[in-house]
Amino acid sequence: MEPQATIARPPTSGEILRDRLFRGTALGFAWFVILLVVLIVWQIGFTAAPTVQEHGAKLLFSDKWDGKDNFGILPEIVGTLYSSILGVAIGAFFGITVAIFLTQDFLPPTLEVFIKNVVELLAAIPSVVYGLWGIFVLIPAIHPACDWLHDHLGWVPFFNTRLSSLGLLPAALVLAIMVMPTITAISRDSIASVPPKLREASFGLGATLWETILAVVLPTASRGIWGSIILAFGRALGETMALAMLAGSASEIHWSVFAPANTLAALLASKFPEASRPELGALMYAALVLLAITLLVNVIGALITQRALVKGVR
Amino acid sequence: MSAVGISEQVPAQEIDLPQLEKSLRHPRTLFSSFMSLMTGVVTFTAVVPLASVLILLAINGGKRLDLALFTDLPPAAKMIGGGIGNALVGTIVIVFIATLISVPIGILAAVFLAELGPETRTAAIVRGATKVLSGLPSILAGVFAFTAVVLLTGTLSAPAGGIALAVLMLPTIVLTSEEAIRMVPHRMKEAAIGIGATRTQMVCYVVLPTAFPGILTGVMLAIARAAGETAPLIFAAGFWDYWPRHLIQPTPSMAYLIYDFSGSPYKNQIEIAWACSLVLVVMVLILNLGSQVILRRYFKTMK
Repeated sequence: MEPQATIARPPTSGEILRDRLFRGTALGFAWFVILLVVLIVWQIGFTAAPTVQEHGAKLLFSDKWDGKDNFGILPEIVGTLYSSILGVAIGAFFGITVAIFLTQDFLPPTLEVFIKNVVELLAAIPSVVYGLWGIFVLIPAIHPACDWLHDHLGWVPFFNTRLSSLGLLPAALVLAIMVMPTITAISRDSIASVPPKLREASFGLGATLWETILAVVLPTASRGIWGSIILAFGRALGETMALAMLAGSASEIHWSVFAPANTLAALLASKFPEASRPELGALMYAALVLLAITLLVNVIGALITQRALVKGVR
Repeated sequence: MSAVGISEQVPAQEIDLPQLEKSLRHPRTLFSSFMSLMTGVVTFTAVVPLASVLILLAINGGKRLDLALFTDLPPAAKMIGGGIGNALVGTIVIVFIATLISVPIGILAAVFLAELGPETRTAAIVRGATKVLSGLPSILAGVFAFTAVVLLTGTLSAPAGGIALAVLMLPTIVLTSEEAIRMVPHRMKEAAIGIGATRTQMVCYVVLPTAFPGILTGVMLAIARAAGETAPLIFAAGFWDYWPRHLIQPTPSMAYLIYDFSGSPYKNQIEIAWACSLVLVVMVLILNLGSQVILRRYFKTMK
């Protein structure tokens, strides 16, 4: 019976040491993740600090950018919000519709999974490829429709300029394509988690399918859907390439969706390669503003989804 | 016609039979059917962009898909021919550096979150930090690498690009690895502890090998996302028209090349941009589909 006695033994001191080391390293790396977030905020804030001290909050409300003394980023802030709201509104319309289509037994399950995977693939394509596609495919494709809207509904503020080539609308459309998978995935999950008995009760009362969807299913899943929209909004605010390539980099404020515009992220991407000292400081200032806006939106989104989980029906 | 006939036979105030019928004549059912139809149309429309992107990539990019594309340098203005050789090498080097940084940190942080201290306050803060990182705009990861590395070394470089991409890969790796580690059955862990293994031995010999396919999936998805990132590379790696000679110099990448050539007035450069996009998308899709295949097999073995 000797072998059995040697199989079970207390860990050697070497093994205990290695255990301590390994646990310590894991804890260290976990802390590193926290440290990284602090470091990112600190680094961007620290580099932007001289410009913040020099100009204060004045740059937020000025629309002049000449690359020497004036670095107003108001048009970029407005453009960031405008393009994101437009893009997310379009993306949410399509995303939620697809989510409904995939959960209300319109299709056989295999086809549902297929469409779900196809929509997820939309998220896999790099944004720079969407930008290229937008320039050479999307803009020529939507040009006639945009001209028609301007010619016939030109008195509406949203259509009061002509689409030259680049502009806010093509950028927002590409943004919509890019945020749609996020909205679809989360909305689909939260619609699918609505208890079947609620739907069945509604059918039992004689409601039609769409009365059930609009009055029972969507309100029950609404928190998850709102969470997905805010998450998508956070993504849209920071999206860079599609907007740098399609929005037209114009520091102007227009109501028209056909006018060229600019966003904070696109400003950073397009101005950085040739930026000199004072302009670089202003770009860091813009980066800090972008960081603040996205952090704020993400925190609000996290709060909403957390409450959705707590109050969610089970 | 028949609706009129029925309402003549039965007075409407007694029992409203047509109301109980499912007929397209009623506004309610008509509305419902109409909405169902529209939902289908909208869903179909939503899939059109993907089809359009893939088809046009195949047509426009396929034209230039030959050996020279992978071995030649990008063409200057008005030049003919050329390829994306240096950008391909640059992308691989930068993504490799990013993987080297983010994978060990991500997996060990996930081990802590899932095994060593899942209920601790540190774990809660780490999860929050991961969420913040996953919502960080990619260009700000580039700005971070610029301020932390480029300003110190004085030049745009591949390691700076790698650090920027590592910041973006980290949350994906932490979240997927944590999930994969949590899916390892408790009885396996308890068996390891039961025969006297230390926590470290349990993690290294039982948990990580079992969770490996799940972790690999996350790493592949993170690499796929990082390979297509452009914005951070503008700030961290820049571009270089020739073959990069060493690491600490501006390094070309496929994503930057597409961005740069997309605004070019020359047909040749635009064709190269399409071909480069095709190569990039094929790489990204292979990584994505590959990760799904691994995941599906993994789920089968777990059952």
